[in-house]
Amino acid sequence: MALFARTPVAPLEYSRTLWMRLWVGAVMIFLYAPLVVLVIFSFNDSKRNVVWRGFTTKYYEKAMGNDQLVEALLNSLTIAALATIVSLVLGAVAAVMLWRFRFPLKSAIDGTISLPIIVPEICLGVAFLMFFAAVNWPTDLIWPFNLGAITIAHITFCFPFVTMVVRSRLATFNREQEEAAKDLGASEWQVFRDVLIPHIKPALVAGALLSFTLSLDDFVITYFTSGPDTITFPVKVYSMVRFSVTPEVNAASTLLILLTVALTFVALKLQGVKAIAETH
Amino acid sequence: MAEQDWKTNKGVFAAVSLPTLFWIILFFLVPMAIVWLYSFGENKGLTEIDISGTLDNYKRATEWLYLTIFGKSFAVAALVTLICLIIGFPVAMAITFASEKWRPWLLLGIMLPFWTNLLIRTYALMMLLGTQGFANKGLGALWEGTSWIKTLVGLQPLPTWEPVQLLFNNFAVVFGLVYVHLPFMVLPLYAALDRLDRSLIEASLDLGAGHFRTIMRIVVPLAAPGIVAGVMITLIPALGAYLTPDLMGGTDSQMIANVIERQFKKANDWPFGAALSFLLIYAMFALIAIQSMRKKVPEVR
Repeated sequence: MALFARTPVAPLEYSRTLWMRLWVGAVMIFLYAPLVVLVIFSFNDSKRNVVWRGFTTKYYEKAMGNDQLVEALLNSLTIAALATIVSLVLGAVAAVMLWRFRFPLKSAIDGTISLPIIVPEICLGVAFLMFFAAVNWPTDLIWPFNLGAITIAHITFCFPFVTMVVRSRLATFNREQEEAAKDLGASEWQVFRDVLIPHIKPALVAGALLSFTLSLDDFVITYFTSGPDTITFPVKVYSMVRFSVTPEVNAASTLLILLTVALTFVALKLQGVKAIAETH
Repeated sequence: MAEQDWKTNKGVFAAVSLPTLFWIILFFLVPMAIVWLYSFGENKGLTEIDISGTLDNYKRATEWLYLTIFGKSFAVAALVTLICLIIGFPVAMAITFASEKWRPWLLLGIMLPFWTNLLIRTYALMMLLGTQGFANKGLGALWEGTSWIKTLVGLQPLPTWEPVQLLFNNFAVVFGLVYVHLPFMVLPLYAALDRLDRSLIEASLDLGAGHFRTIMRIVVPLAAPGIVAGVMITLIPALGAYLTPDLMGGTDSQMIANVIERQFKKANDWPFGAALSFLLIYAMFALIAIQSMRKKVPEVR
C-alpha cells in the first residue's frame, strides 16, 4: 500500500486518504505494539525483564520445565476441547429447535438461551461458585473428571454463541431440500445428517473455533470455579503476573499467542475472513 | 414454509429441545436462582447462610460508598465506549472502503487481538506501561514514536518518556479497557457500514455536501443500528470488567466487579456479593431495555 496515491483518490476511497491511513496505522500500532514487545521480551536475558540484556531462549525451557504451568496449559486445552464438543452439539440442537419449531414460551426460551452472553462474566462466575457449593460438587476426582465443574461453566457461556452462529446460517436453508429428501424416502435422522448438517457445516466450524477460543480465554468464570488442583492457564498466568513480571510469563504467553495465530489461520483456510468477521 | 408446530412431530421436538432445556435450566437458571435467593440471606456463622428474606443486603448496596462505585463503573464504561467509538469509527470506515485486496487483512488485523487471550493482552499492556520498565533506549524510542503518532492524529498523547506513573491508576484502567474492547466496537460498525448503500453517499457528495457533512448526515444515521450494537457490545462487558481494573487499577479504581469479587474471596460475605451481582444484572437489563425502547434494532449479537 503506497502511502501516497498514484492515481487520484476517488470520493469513496476513504481508505486511500492520508489521514485515514495514519489513523488506521496508529490503531494497528496501538493494538499490536504491546504484543510485539511481549514477544520480544520473552527472549530477554534478564530476570527483572525491564532492560534488554541479550537474546536467550532459556525462559522457554524454564516455562516448559514449569510443571504447574504445563499442567495448567494442558488443563485449559482439555477443558476447551470438551467444552467445544458439547457446545457444538447443544448449540446446534438448540438452533434447530428455535428454527424449526413453534412451541409455547418460545420467545422466553429464546431469550433465556442468549442470556449467558449478556450476563456479566463476574455474575456468572459467582453463580457457578454458589451452585457448585450448594450441590456439594465433588472436588477430589481424578483428572480429567476434576475439570468437570469448569467445563460445565464454560459450556454454559459457549453454546449460546454456537446457537447464534448456526441459527443465522439456518436462516439461509432452503426447506424444499428437506422436503425433497423426505419425498425420496429419507428418515428424519437421514435428513438431519445428510442435508442439514452439510448446510450448517461452515457455521459449525465457526462456532467450534469461537467456543474453543472463548473457553481458552476465560479467566473470570474459571477463577470462581477452579480449585487448587484445577488451575487453568489464564488462572496460572494471573497468579504469576500478580507475584512478579518475569520473562517466563512472556514465554508462556508467546506460545499461546502462536497457538491463537495458528487457530486463526486454520479458521481462515476453512472459512475466509469475511465469514468469520460476520460471526462476531 | 412456516415453522412447524411442535405437536406435529413430538419425537424430533423432544430430541432437540430436551438437551437444551435440561442444560439451560440446570446449569444456568438454577445457579442464577441460587444467587438471587442468597441475596436475601444473611450470614449465620462462618459458612452457614440463612435465607431469611431480609432486604439488608440491598439496603447496604445503596450506601454512598457502593453508589459511588456503581456510578464510577458506569462513568468509566461510558468513557471507554465513547473513546472506542471515536477511534473505531474511522477504522471501520477505512475497512469498509478499502480495496478488495486489503479489506480481509485489515479485518484480520482487528480480529487477531480479539482472539488473543485477554490476560496476555492485559499483561502485555502492563509491561508496556510499567514505570521503571522499558527505560532502555530501544523501547523508549518505540514509545516516543507511538506517542508522536498518537498526538499527530489527535489521540490522547502518551506522556514524554519520563518515569510517569501510568499503571495502577484510573488512566490505566480506561486505557486498558479501550485496548481490550476496541475490536468489539470496530467489528459491528464494519458489519453495519458494509451493508450501506454506497450510492446514497455518492448522491450526497454529488449534491454538494462535504465529506464530514455526508458522514454525519448520511452515514451515521444509516449505520445507527450498527453503532447502537457496537455501543452495547462495548458498554456491557466494560461495565462488568474485572480483570483490567484488578490488574491495572490502583486502590481508587475499583469497579463494581472487583467489589463483587471481594465479597466472595476476602470479605466472605456471599449474600451481599449476591445482591451486588443482581444489581449489576438489573443494570444490564435496564440498558438493554432502554436500547430496545429507543429504536427497533436487531438483537445485540
